Amino acid sequence: MNFAEQLPVLPVITPLILAPVTLLLPQGRAPHLFATFVSWLTFAACAFLLAAVSDVGVISYHLGDWAPPLGIEYRIDLANALVLMLVSGIAAVVFPFAYASVRLEIDERQSTFFYCAMLICMTGLLGVTITGDAFNVFVFLEISSLSTYALIAMGARRDRRALTAAFNYLVMGTIGATFFVIGIGLLYQATGTLNMADLHDKLAGNSSRVVGAGFAFIVVGVGLKLAMFPLHLWLPNAYAHAPSAVSAFIAATATKVAVYVLIRFFYSVFGFDFAFEAAAFTWVLLPLGLAGMFVASFVALFQEDVKRMLAYSSVAQIGYMLLGLSFATVEGLTATLVHVFNHALMKGALFMAVACVVFRAGSHSIDAFAGLSKRMPVTTWAFILSGLSLIGVPLTVGFVSKWYLLEAAFAAGHWYAGFLIVASSLIAVLYIGRIAEVMLLREPHEEGRYAIPAKDAPLSMLIPMWVLVGANIYFGVRTGLTVDIATRAAEALMLTAGGAP
Amino acid sequence: MDHAILKVTTKILFAPIILFALYVQFHGDYGPGGGFQAGVIFAVAFILHAFCFGLEATKKALPQKALIIAMVIGLLFYAGTGVATMLLGANLLGYDAIDPESTHHAGQHYGILLVEWGVGVTVASTMLTIFYHFTGRERDIDQEDW
Amino acid sequence: MGWFEFVLDRYNYWIVIVLMMTGLYIVFARGNLVKKIVGLNLFQTSVFIFYITIGKIAGGTAPIYIDGELDHGDDAGHGEGVAAGHETVVGDGSESLHQAPAEDGANALPHAEEHASEALSSKIENTFAANDLKAGLESVEPSADAGSLHTAPDGADKIANDSLLHLEKPAAPGFEVEGGADAANALADVVHHSSEVIYTNPLPHVLILTAIVVGVATTAVGLALAVRIREAYGTIEEDELETMDNVAEFGDTAAAGLAS
Repeated sequence: MNFAEQLPVLPVITPLILAPVTLLLPQGRAPHLFATFVSWLTFAACAFLLAAVSDVGVISYHLGDWAPPLGIEYRIDLANALVLMLVSGIAAVVFPFAYASVRLEIDERQSTFFYCAMLICMTGLLGVTITGDAFNVFVFLEISSLSTYALIAMGARRDRRALTAAFNYLVMGTIGATFFVIGIGLLYQATGTLNMADLHDKLAGNSSRVVGAGFAFIVVGVGLKLAMFPLHLWLPNAYAHAPSAVSAFIAATATKVAVYVLIRFFYSVFGFDFAFEAAAFTWVLLPLGLAGMFVASFVALFQEDVKRMLAYSSVAQIGYMLLGLSFATVEGLTATLVHVFNHALMKGALFMAVACVVFRAGSHSIDAFAGLSKRMPVTTWAFILSGLSLIGVPLTVGFVSKWYLLEAAFAAGHWYAGFLIVASSLIAVLYIGRIAEVMLLREPHEEGRYAIPAKDAPLSMLIPMWVLVGANIYFGVRTGLTVDIATRAAEALMLTAGGAP
Repeated sequence: MDHAILKVTTKILFAPIILFALYVQFHGDYGPGGGFQAGVIFAVAFILHAFCFGLEATKKALPQKALIIAMVIGLLFYAGTGVATMLLGANLLGYDAIDPESTHHAGQHYGILLVEWGVGVTVASTMLTIFYHFTGRERDIDQEDW
Repeated sequence: MGWFEFVLDRYNYWIVIVLMMTGLYIVFARGNLVKKIVGLNLFQTSVFIFYITIGKIAGGTAPIYIDGELDHGDDAGHGEGVAAGHETVVGDGSESLHQAPAEDGANALPHAEEHASEALSSKIENTFAANDLKAGLESVEPSADAGSLHTAPDGADKIANDSLLHLEKPAAPGFEVEGGADAANALADVVHHSSEVIYTNPLPHVLILTAIVVGVATTAVGLALAVRIREAYGTIEEDELETMDNVAEFGDTAAAGLAS
């Protein structure tokens, strides 16, 4: 086996083949250690892949040795190498983190299945990102979604609402996926191909009604998956009631991968000579992105449940991503890609901090956070630092993405969007500030439901969490790393789309 | 209640159903069929058994634990075939590497056969697991409520 | 009566649309979780039918290799090739399902010719694989490394494509293969027979098989959730569930206000 040649398929095949092995292991520590090991292996493969792509450019891998327009192709450029890195990186941090939290929140008999489902979910997300075949996207999307439904439902041990949340997500997610398949079918009808690069060639100049309808179905379908406002209704409950480790993982990855799919279809498949693209940017993504930023942020202000607040904030952050995407400029696309990466870092860290609180306090209601700085200082500061990152304070990743987004907005002539970005960041100050106030200034409950011992979360949780918080700062200071990759990726995407580089 | 006719019929039908499943499994190369259909038909034989003899009897013949192991083995069979072709120097699922000497792509034939076996085993055990779990749940709800 | 024909000619699409809307309506309008799953299934089924509609070719039969079709060859010279060809159909045919429609517009173009040629190409592929793939590869693409397995599928496609180019000309005279009398005979044979059997496009069937598997999995997960919800709440009516959740969260009076 030639390692370098087979590298592109390793991020998908490693977790896929090793996930079922988890089921054969005895209950207890073994499944967790094994799953962690697998996630690190995958992360290593993704890192090698990013290095390779950065050196040689686009890598194409032919499954079963069938040549691309006919066979399934894995096509890795900088854009998806970045997302691959992100998904596997978050997984590599969440898996070691999960053990303590899972042991508390999930029935022990289910924990083996839990790790298996997490690995399969990761496989699906990586597969969506890596593939160059439109139908393959659907298959992997459903692999990840199905395991996510099961994972969310496992939260039922603590709160039965996890079941209804998972059911609603299942209905919405399936409708979204089916819309996506209809769209793919219409494109196939018009072109006779499923390979993305080939679709791009064959769709050039074709703005027929069939292609237009396919485009609409794909945008709505992916929009449901990425919780584009107002298609986000499944998201808050799903994130709020899922087991804490699952919330941290899917909040950081699932919607980001869906955003990537949207970028891929907009830029690599349809391109700018497709007549509806500009209209979709101006009349769909831009207004919905702006509306999502505000409405979801406002709703987040009034949440009594911290996890649900963070979930609404995610919807708002997706608004930023769609906004950057809709400018149709290299700057805008760069901002979106940077924000996809950065938002995963901050939301991952925030949800992990909440998981630590749940571990000790047994609740994610805002009351449980009262006086937390006196009880769990390490967790409190992790929450505050990543909260600052979410707001966009300098020296954190949040600042980097907001900066590039603002720059892109002014460069694209949408100056009003620039002001709105700043304004909605102010709402983020309010809702993060509200939690910070409760944590720092209030007195902790001495007795009752929310009384917690003055003991921080175990190290197995604190270390992974602080790794992510550290990443928030590190990539906020050394901005060159992500921005450089994102810019090169955006330029390449823009070139395929047919826009000015 | 003892439904003698049903039980005898099930006993007679059981073997032919399994045989038909195997036929569909192997014939999948040449015509309609393949691992997915064969797996479902295979599972149907046991579901029929459970209907007539009760779930406990079926579980004695085919325990839940065995099904999970079968599920894993089936999946490993599939993915393992792919990895084996990688180890042999081709890409994932590049079946030609299985029999590189062949002038008429015999490797493709072997490859698809192995993969379909994996699919068949996984589907059969998954279907049965789903069935076990749905029928095996504790009845805490009165019949009239349904 | 132009519009009437317009409607009638596209009856398959109307079926798809009606089923799709019925399914979606059930999902949205029904409060019972199991009914929602049924609606979801109906919705997905409409998509399956849509895909099969895409693949249908007027006059085409199911994409199942019809046994003995190549055995009609009266040319004893490539008898061996025929026997082997039968075998390779297996590997190539089933795996190349994903491949066939590259040549296939699958849209409103003249179907018959196009698909005759598609069927032809797959058969040529098999025949050649049977005769001697390496010889074919060398002649068609001199630069190809005949020993390299990596090029085998490409090579086969190339042959198929080349033969397509020559299809317009009668009896494929332009097809150049070393020692090609045998092959040319086989080709002529295939041209002859493929004009009799037209297959529908197999790719949408394969895609939809995948989608059906996904649909089955979704249904299983959905029903399992419905069972668990029933156990946890004692009901599977959505509005009752909502009321119970509201009572749990805000207390009785607020929930009563929300429900009314």
